[in-house]
Amino acid sequence: MFQLERHPSGRLVYTGEDGATHHGITPVRAFPVTAPDAGLSLVSAEGHELVWVDRLDALPERQRTLIEEELAHREFMPEIRRVVEVSTFSTPSTWNVETDRGPTTLVLKVEEDIRRLPERGRLLITSGHGIVFSVRDMTALDRHSRKLMERFL
Amino acid sequence: MADLPPRLLPEENVTGLLEVDLDAALHFSRSTLVVTNRRLLWARAGDTDWAAVWSLDNGLSLRHHDHAGVGTLELHDPHSQRAVWRFTLGQNVQALRLVRQFERQCEALRSPAVHAHDDDHDPTTCPTCHAPLPPDSDECAVCTRELSTPPSTWVLLRLWRFAKPYQWKLLMGFVLTLASTAATLVPPYLTIPLMDKVLIPFQNGHQIDPAYVVQLLLGLLGAGLLAWGLGWARTWLLAIVSERIAADLRTTAFDHLLGLSLDYFGAKRTGDLIARIGSETDRLSVFLSLHALDFATDVLMLGMTSVILFSVNPWLALVTLLPLPFIAWMIHTVRDRLRTGFEKIDRVWGDVTNVLADTIPGVRVVKAFAQEARESKRFHEANAANLAVNDKLNKTWSLFTPTVTLLTDIGLLVVWGFGIWQVSKGDITVGVLTAFLAYIGRFYGRLDSMSRIVSVTQKAAAGAKRIFDVLDHVSNVPEPDQPVPTGQLQGAVRLDNIGFRYGSRSVIRGMSLDIRPGEMIGLVGHSGSGKSTLVNLICRFYDVTDGSIRVDGTDIRRFKVADYRRHIGLVLQEPFLFFGTIAENIAYGLPGATRTQIIAAARAAHAHDFILRLPQGYDSLVGERGQGLSGGERQRISIARALLIDPRLLILDEATASVDTETEREIQKALDNLVQGRTTIAIAHRLSTLRKADRLVVMDRGAVVEVGTHDELMAAEGHYFRLYEAQARRTDAADEDDSEHDQNLLAHQIPQPSAHGQAAS
Repeated sequence: MFQLERHPSGRLVYTGEDGATHHGITPVRAFPVTAPDAGLSLVSAEGHELVWVDRLDALPERQRTLIEEELAHREFMPEIRRVVEVSTFSTPSTWNVETDRGPTTLVLKVEEDIRRLPERGRLLITSGHGIVFSVRDMTALDRHSRKLMERFL
Repeated sequence: MADLPPRLLPEENVTGLLEVDLDAALHFSRSTLVVTNRRLLWARAGDTDWAAVWSLDNGLSLRHHDHAGVGTLELHDPHSQRAVWRFTLGQNVQALRLVRQFERQCEALRSPAVHAHDDDHDPTTCPTCHAPLPPDSDECAVCTRELSTPPSTWVLLRLWRFAKPYQWKLLMGFVLTLASTAATLVPPYLTIPLMDKVLIPFQNGHQIDPAYVVQLLLGLLGAGLLAWGLGWARTWLLAIVSERIAADLRTTAFDHLLGLSLDYFGAKRTGDLIARIGSETDRLSVFLSLHALDFATDVLMLGMTSVILFSVNPWLALVTLLPLPFIAWMIHTVRDRLRTGFEKIDRVWGDVTNVLADTIPGVRVVKAFAQEARESKRFHEANAANLAVNDKLNKTWSLFTPTVTLLTDIGLLVVWGFGIWQVSKGDITVGVLTAFLAYIGRFYGRLDSMSRIVSVTQKAAAGAKRIFDVLDHVSNVPEPDQPVPTGQLQGAVRLDNIGFRYGSRSVIRGMSLDIRPGEMIGLVGHSGSGKSTLVNLICRFYDVTDGSIRVDGTDIRRFKVADYRRHIGLVLQEPFLFFGTIAENIAYGLPGATRTQIIAAARAAHAHDFILRLPQGYDSLVGERGQGLSGGERQRISIARALLIDPRLLILDEATASVDTETEREIQKALDNLVQGRTTIAIAHRLSTLRKADRLVVMDRGAVVEVGTHDELMAAEGHYFRLYEAQARRTDAADEDDSEHDQNLLAHQIPQPSAHGQAAS
């Protein structure tokens, strides 16, 4: 079993079964959108996979907490709860939205930046600054938000 | 900035500031990070005092990195991490500036002799990305272009730009419309005397005056003929004009599209773009020549009719016009619904064409994997979506026309009722009532067709919007305002600390490299290490996000794009041949080339012999993707194409990756001719292709990790050594197991150190 530790510098330190240590490793989900819990890889600072973790909840408490902490720092996909207003129905359009991480604005550069996922009503919206916003289920949003978003779909 | 805590030490100056817009838990929340000449300070928005303060003189360092749209600044002391701030990439420019200021101030504190310059950058370049600034402006077009202003909603009015050249013809058309409409309004007016002076007196026992009747009938005939002639002239004239407007729009849109950078084409789907420039412009033309024209006529008719009606009898006119506001209101309410509906239909229609555009070029893959049923299902689904959206819209739409008709009928009823009442009171004559009914018969008839304008206008506006979306898109590779003439380039390329970001992913970071004129550079590295991106940056298919690329000492952003690219020869892994003859394909970059030049280029590219074997020699047609020629043959044609323009800068992007060894040897011979005396940047997965390279540049994850000759790099036992070993190992394995044909080929390709030594000397 591999070991994980947090260095005072804030980086994660990985010690493999062979005793080799790696500084600054990053956990990466293999299917962050369609199956976030299914598979996870610990990748060295050089970008090579060190170990594959099939299920996060099968790991011992200590490793899991460290990985989850690190993921929480790295994963940034605000979920849109409400669309307050949009500047225009053509693009680029500035949206005023409320997310699970507080209110913010995003710039939709082109309609193609809205990606539809196979699940019903699920959307990923890439903002002009490269942040990906998610919409869990568009059909479950309030009427106002739905109406505004419909114009872009 | 206004709510910064005011507490600074005496003689302390703020030199850098960053609005941090995320908190530790990655929630949107504002705080401010400030660097002064003494300290680093942090305050939450609204607070009156600093939440944290660090003095700059105890070995602190500030590290910046970003991932998935979130930038991070980490403050470290020599032993551990002290603080972390996170922000969205909108603040990235500020953050980089802050880090630079931080480092500069720390430096100044360590060695007070060196004064911390507030700003040592060249005022004519952008302080963040070092792109040249437009004259008389300190706002960088490269950094701020992301947030361009949205186009206006009144898209159709923007068509005026294309209509302006035809304004006199349009004016003429308008006059004709006016005249022909007036002519059509004469006949109902003549029914008044026909009724009141001829028919009703006859019923009351008076004789008909034949001369008078003939006069009236001739008037009717004359008005009819006039309306016919004028109507023909204006329809013909305006159809011609609208066809030209649409053609101008189409060509302008296509020209603009060609000027856009590659990433635009990467993000858009071919089917969608084809639809925008093809069918949308056609739809606009139909709209202008048919629907808009009809609508203008209708409005004129409405106006003129109202004037006539009011002049005859104001009261009856008022009653007649009463339903008009209702219908106008109805049109308005339905408008919104229909507009969104039509936009949706357009998008769904784009999906349908996208399936075609995906499947037809990829038909070999579809068939090879026996996925016809899946593609068919996709097409069915796209069509079903199309049907669903149309059905939904048609529900509203189909209700619309009958309602207008119903309102028309009710309006007529009101006029009949009120008219009879007025006649009975003796206020108006029967003739006036008949004339009114004749007028409003047309009048409401026109209202009905006018209501159709709602849908067609919306369709046309949606189409126009999609075209203007293309036209409004500013190229990410902007043309400089005052271009520097390229002249005869020497071919010295200097990469100065360049960085490139694709979306939120940083593809190239802080890369610097000097390439001498005529030098051959081999780019080596795993796939995804940024080799192709680097080449795209040098070709200026994209612009760097940081730093600059200079050719002969001039930033390539200061050249005109086309002028600059004329000096670049590009040979790609998958050569693209256009539909046309082989000669035309070779001469693609130099359309005026003589036959002698073409043949010379083909000879040098070792393509001459096989071209002559073709039944029609240089006049043989090659298909859309050069069908009928092998990969190696196509590649040699594309090499001839590059040779013909005699470029100073040559780029070989995996030029021999998709062919077998035998063919590779042929291509290699052709390439050796091409490389002679030109600055060459070659990407190759097979290290053998690079045996003639003067220097090898090893890239890993967007940065240069090693530079040197083959021998130097082998001696260093670093990245290159490992790559080389890995290829050699695979070759050994393949030697033992002959089934792996492709790997076996590698055995012949690994450069022998001795051979390389000769090449390098």
